Amino acid sequence: MTTASPADTAAHESVATPVSTSVTSGASDRWAWGLVAVGIIIPLLGYVVPDIVSDYRLFLMSTMMIYAIAVLGLNLLTGFNGQISLGHGAFYGVGAYTAAILMDKVGMPYWTLLPIVAVVCFVIGFLFGLPALRLEGIYLALATFALALAVPQMLKYRWLEDLTGGVQGIVLLKPEPPFGLPLSEDQWLYYYCLIVMVILYWAAANLLRGRSGRAMMAIRDHSMAASTMGIDVARYKTITFGISAAYTGVAGALSASAIAFVAPDSFGFFLSISLLIGLVVGGVASLAGSVIGGIFTVLVQNSSQSLSNFVKSDLGLPFDLSPYSVYGILLIVLMYVMPTGIAGGVAIAWRRLRR
Amino acid sequence: MTAFLEVSGLKAFYGQTQALYDVGFALEKGGITTLLGANGAGKTTTLRAICNMVRAEGRISFDGQPIVGRPTESVVRLGVAHVPEGRGTFTTMTVDENLRIAAYTRGRSAKADVQQDLDMVFEYFPRLKERMQQQAGTLSGGEQQMLAVSRALMLRPRLMLLDEPSFGLAPLIVQEIFRILRRINEESKVSMLLVEQNAALALDLADHAYVLETGRVVMAGPSADVKNDENVRKSYLGY
Repeated sequence: MTTASPADTAAHESVATPVSTSVTSGASDRWAWGLVAVGIIIPLLGYVVPDIVSDYRLFLMSTMMIYAIAVLGLNLLTGFNGQISLGHGAFYGVGAYTAAILMDKVGMPYWTLLPIVAVVCFVIGFLFGLPALRLEGIYLALATFALALAVPQMLKYRWLEDLTGGVQGIVLLKPEPPFGLPLSEDQWLYYYCLIVMVILYWAAANLLRGRSGRAMMAIRDHSMAASTMGIDVARYKTITFGISAAYTGVAGALSASAIAFVAPDSFGFFLSISLLIGLVVGGVASLAGSVIGGIFTVLVQNSSQSLSNFVKSDLGLPFDLSPYSVYGILLIVLMYVMPTGIAGGVAIAWRRLRR
Repeated sequence: MTAFLEVSGLKAFYGQTQALYDVGFALEKGGITTLLGANGAGKTTTLRAICNMVRAEGRISFDGQPIVGRPTESVVRLGVAHVPEGRGTFTTMTVDENLRIAAYTRGRSAKADVQQDLDMVFEYFPRLKERMQQQAGTLSGGEQQMLAVSRALMLRPRLMLLDEPSFGLAPLIVQEIFRILRRINEESKVSMLLVEQNAALALDLADHAYVLETGRVVMAGPSADVKNDENVRKSYLGY
């Protein structure tokens, strides 16, 4: 029995190379808090330069943060624990619908929902993680893919229509600023998303810094060796699945509030793929990369059209590129230029500069 | 008196395929026992069966406790450290993190102890200390093997299961590692169960040897006797 163990080879064939496992050090902590400060100031600039910091742009930035949270959840599972998911759009959808139903049918205020959504999605993710224990690599990818396909259909079921509103979806109200704060709805949404993201980011950083985080990464690198270190691999994998689903579900709930509308077709397979792209482009196994991935996803989705116009009209080039072609070309270029994602690419560039 | 590790009538299966038919052996406390045999004889499977990484039937008792069917991590907590074939390096983590993982079972309140054990490990393998902050996947094969042994030591084991520590390494490195294994056995009083292709080296290190053939024990005895056996010499030592 001298063949290399499957786990050993699997480790080398994982989705993409993790950037690095050292999560955050003191220096990058200071960077992170600096960025949070910038994040707090941005909407206030709206009073000075209202044309640049418009409500629409704030709304876009809110969706970036929402995506960042979703990608962060996926990163905990795929980047740090080595379990691939092509179906996180499903958890996003479940989170959005849980929030929407609780607001619309139960009449709960939006700010009470996130803990409930987190628990619901944790349980669903945990339960899905149990059969997923038997699957690895492409087989797990396929199972989660099925999840991504099934959930939007389930949301359309007739016997659930009273609850989910069927194909019509549910129309909601946008969150209003609390305590009579003199903020616009979009400004408040921005701050709400920022607060949630900072808390969740901080929680993830703490989780990964400790022994639980090391155990998660050890399982990713070599699950058999991890079990010989006394780590209960099955327990960690299922709990990580739950936490990951909870993060992504919370993002979904935020998106329901932000867009003030949920419909089954917003949570299809393309959403799952977008999250995975955000993960890989931002940086696998990098927390900062998750935020970059969230920004990237929204940015590209929104600017592919104008970029394609720019190429055709402004540059006068004879290309008639569809927005998706632009998206595709951007992805290919990025994968060549920064194979470890933007976070990895920046880290490498930074190291070279300092030398 | 029962032995420290006692295995009898052990059968093991990979799915439908039976890999072990009837394996039995004993290991004295503080001793080094080696399992020899050709490829596919069932050496690695025997180690995996002890850690419950394959489906196994039969009797395995460690320090008087039956351990068949116990989850791997629970066997580890009894003091059995498995140094897996292929070293099982956590490739994207640093050497330091690899070693600290092994202190996982001790919980959160053991920082001073961990440092003390790290110092002990670096005494055996000074080279790892220089490589502390290096990503473990970038270590040489020999260094990764040293890391695997060190990581096992960090578990404060009473029994080490070593799966081909010489695999794919230069002869000089192999000698160094085997020298250190002997030191660990003598100084830290760790019993060892060693699986090896390199029979000559294994017989030098071990006090007892068992020869496996297609999932059965075909020969057993003190290393010196096994070494002098004509069949063993022809099949495994090559002279």
